[in-house]
Amino acid sequence: MTHHFDAIVVGAGPAGAAAALTMAKAGLSVVMLERGEFPGAKNVFGGVLYRKQLEEIVPEFWKEAPLERHIIEQRLWIMGQESAVTFGHRNEAFKEPYNNWTGMRVKFDQWFASKAEEAGAIPVYETVATDLIRQGDKVVGVKTDRDQGDLYADVVVIADGVNSLLGKSLGVHQEWKPEEVSLAVKEMIFLPKEKIQDRFNLEGDEGVTIEFVGETTRGMTGLGFLYTNKESISLGVGVMVSDLKKNKVKPYEVLEGVKQHPMIRRLIEGGETKEYSGHLIPEGGLKSVPPLSGNGWVICGDAAQLINFVHREGTNLAMASGRLAGEAIVEAKKRGDCSRQTLSLYDAKVKESFIHKDIKKYQGLHSLLNDVDPQVLFSHLPQALNDAAYEMLLVNGVTKAEKQRYAIKRLVEAAGGMRNVVKLGYKGWRAING
Amino acid sequence: MLHIVVSVKQVPDSREIRIDPKTSTLVRIGVPAIVNFYDLHGLEEALVLKEKYGGRVTVISMGPPPAEKALKQCISLGADEAVLITDRAFAGADTLATSYVLAEAIKKVEETWGPVDIVFTGKQTLDGDTGQVGPGIACRLDIEQLTYVSKVTGYNGETKRVTVQRKLEDGVEVVETKTPVLMTALKELNKPRRAPMPGMLRAAQYKPIVWTTADFPNLDRSKIGLKGSPTIVGKTWVPEIKAADTQMLDGDTKVKVGTLFDKIWETELPARFGWDHAANGKGA
Ligand SMILES: Cc1cc2nc3c(=O)[nH]c(=O)nc-3n(C[C@@H](O)[C@H](O)[C@H](O)COP(=O)(O)OP(=O)(O)OC[C@H]3O[C@@H](n4cnc5c(N)ncnc54)[C@H](O)[C@@H]3O)c2cc1C
Ligand SMILES: Cc1cc2nc3c(=O)[nH]c(=O)nc-3n(C[C@H](O)[C@H](O)[C@H](O)COP(=O)(O)OP(=O)(O)OC[C@H]3O[C@@H](n4cnc5c(N)ncnc54)[C@H](O)[C@@H]3O)c2cc1C
Repeated sequence: MTHHFDAIVVGAGPAGAAAALTMAKAGLSVVMLERGEFPGAKNVFGGVLYRKQLEEIVPEFWKEAPLERHIIEQRLWIMGQESAVTFGHRNEAFKEPYNNWTGMRVKFDQWFASKAEEAGAIPVYETVATDLIRQGDKVVGVKTDRDQGDLYADVVVIADGVNSLLGKSLGVHQEWKPEEVSLAVKEMIFLPKEKIQDRFNLEGDEGVTIEFVGETTRGMTGLGFLYTNKESISLGVGVMVSDLKKNKVKPYEVLEGVKQHPMIRRLIEGGETKEYSGHLIPEGGLKSVPPLSGNGWVICGDAAQLINFVHREGTNLAMASGRLAGEAIVEAKKRGDCSRQTLSLYDAKVKESFIHKDIKKYQGLHSLLNDVDPQVLFSHLPQALNDAAYEMLLVNGVTKAEKQRYAIKRLVEAAGGMRNVVKLGYKGWRAING
Repeated sequence: MLHIVVSVKQVPDSREIRIDPKTSTLVRIGVPAIVNFYDLHGLEEALVLKEKYGGRVTVISMGPPPAEKALKQCISLGADEAVLITDRAFAGADTLATSYVLAEAIKKVEETWGPVDIVFTGKQTLDGDTGQVGPGIACRLDIEQLTYVSKVTGYNGETKRVTVQRKLEDGVEVVETKTPVLMTALKELNKPRRAPMPGMLRAAQYKPIVWTTADFPNLDRSKIGLKGSPTIVGKTWVPEIKAADTQMLDGDTKVKVGTLFDKIWETELPARFGWDHAANGKGA
């Protein structure tokens, strides 16, 4: 007996569920494969979920989806050894419909996939897709780890995340190079609701996000985050794998250090760590985004490197790409042609969307990070900024003009001289304006 | 042709069960529900017999609507049909009321799909743990019962007799009896299979048949649910967990093993086995 469907979706994360939901809603027969016991069972992210892209798939989802706190304030901290220069924005305008929320994948992915199930997608969980089935250059199905496990379809949607086994099998996805991927570790630290509200100056289900860079990653390229959930705090740090290797540091050691930082320590004090997890984040940027479709296949979300690491946006790009892929497949089925030619509609849709434009904007960031010693960007400069701030604010009889000269001198020194300041400034500008 | 009924219960995953020390009740919130694993052994044996002798496998479960998931799992493994017996009126059942309703359900299974040859239940459940429901059903149906079955060695389609091994505390008993028969399954019975893809696809699209009190016109209302449950749990308590006296040993493996042996010799254990230091090679 062969099983033939309009589409097989591999991976029921945000990308896969969005694709499955879009296609099932349009009446296609869709199988949704997921290796976890249920969608989200083992999935990890920071995590902040965004309204815009999900709303386009499930209108007014926030009335039913399992979400934690809606974000009313986002902070950015530049960390010195035991200090921080802080930026942030809080606004009453971030109200219903909210801009974004904190969430937990275990609950969220399960809910999102259930929407696809309700629309008619056939869930097959605890099942690993082990390979693609091909006829010539055409993908016609997937192999799975179950008995009589081969499944056939007109299109296979590859949404199996950052380590994309199927992407590798297709050859559009190479083994990760250590400088293309960072490794993030995260702890869930449980605290009573009231403590969280007091410590972060919140009411009800309001929430805060904090991202931090600087001495907390000990001179390695990386970023830390602290997000408030209803009754817990997500604290994590991601560091470029190449830097971890070079410095022979384990990521959890970095996280332990973060927890000792006086700015963080106070916020998590008395909390109980209940979960510990780790995950890769693709940071290859635009140049590692593969072609998004071919004969009988499309690739979405992390598997296609569609992630905006500068703004920690991933789930929303995954959902948007899943939806666009789903729409292209619905169109292809209408035309009765699931070859590359029609499916490349998906590539075109992504190119027109914010996904491609946002990733393109930051395409230079990698050359910046690769060219400049991470010690400069993630240790010397943040520390110098903190020293400068300290000096400016300290009242000790030294004149303000002298203090200012000192502050500038510290920063220039940290950057490695005036020429480097100019170079860094230029590169930095290019890096964030593709 | 065999018609086999497997009775399954959805239970909280005991590996993740905690008992609230204050209230002495099971903390069920957030604990994933699974099919009682003894029942899976019963289902596996039913499937093996069906494959050998032909026939059909019907699964029944009494429980709240989420137990549908347990039934779908049974379908994915290869059961032909699955029935969920659910109604507010069934809630609060003890083993007496549970076996009454399940026995009535098996009669209805016979009316619907024909005579039943074998009924499988698990030896016991992971949560209730009584092991009474299987025998209770057999009594009410007035059929043979074979408890603690560790192996089904044969079935003769002509004489309609089964031979099984029962694992008892003091040995294994080989018994033969005529069908219809109810057997309670041990985990030694077999190794449950992993669902094949066709089963997964069927299960994903399968809706279990639902029977409520309305489907049992002759049901004796005084025998079901809380009303039909005379058992009273007098008291439950959590056994005190005694912290074991642990000690970390230092040194390399050789040193550690040496220390470990010395420590053991210091205890009363060797004496209990009638060993003395003279027998200790090291002492000699
Ligand atoms: C928190 C809690 C409180 C309880 N309080 C009481 C109480 O006050 N009084 C009391 O008498 N009992 C009580 N019970 C037990 C009662 O609800 C039993 O779970 C139920 O009657 C079945 O008994 P058992 O679980 O011991 O099954 P067992 O007799 O151990 O089960 C043997 C086999 O019977 C079958 N079986 C059992 N139940 C079902 C079912 N519902 N559907 C289909 N097949 C089934 C399965 O094949 C199972 O492997 C309690 C249980 C729990 C978890
Ligand atoms: C530490 C960390 C923090 C992050 N923070 C944020 C944040 O705050 N906000 C944000 O928007 N994004 C964040 N991201 C990024 C975001 O998590 C990802 O971009 C997003 O999850 C990508 O979705 P996806 O569906 O493509 O992949 P995934 O979410 O990885 O889903 C892939 C699914 O496929 C399944 N799968 C994999 N292989 C197979 C197989 N062979 N067979 C069957 N199933 C398979 C997996 O089990 C998984 O369910 C973060 C990431 C990390 C690691």
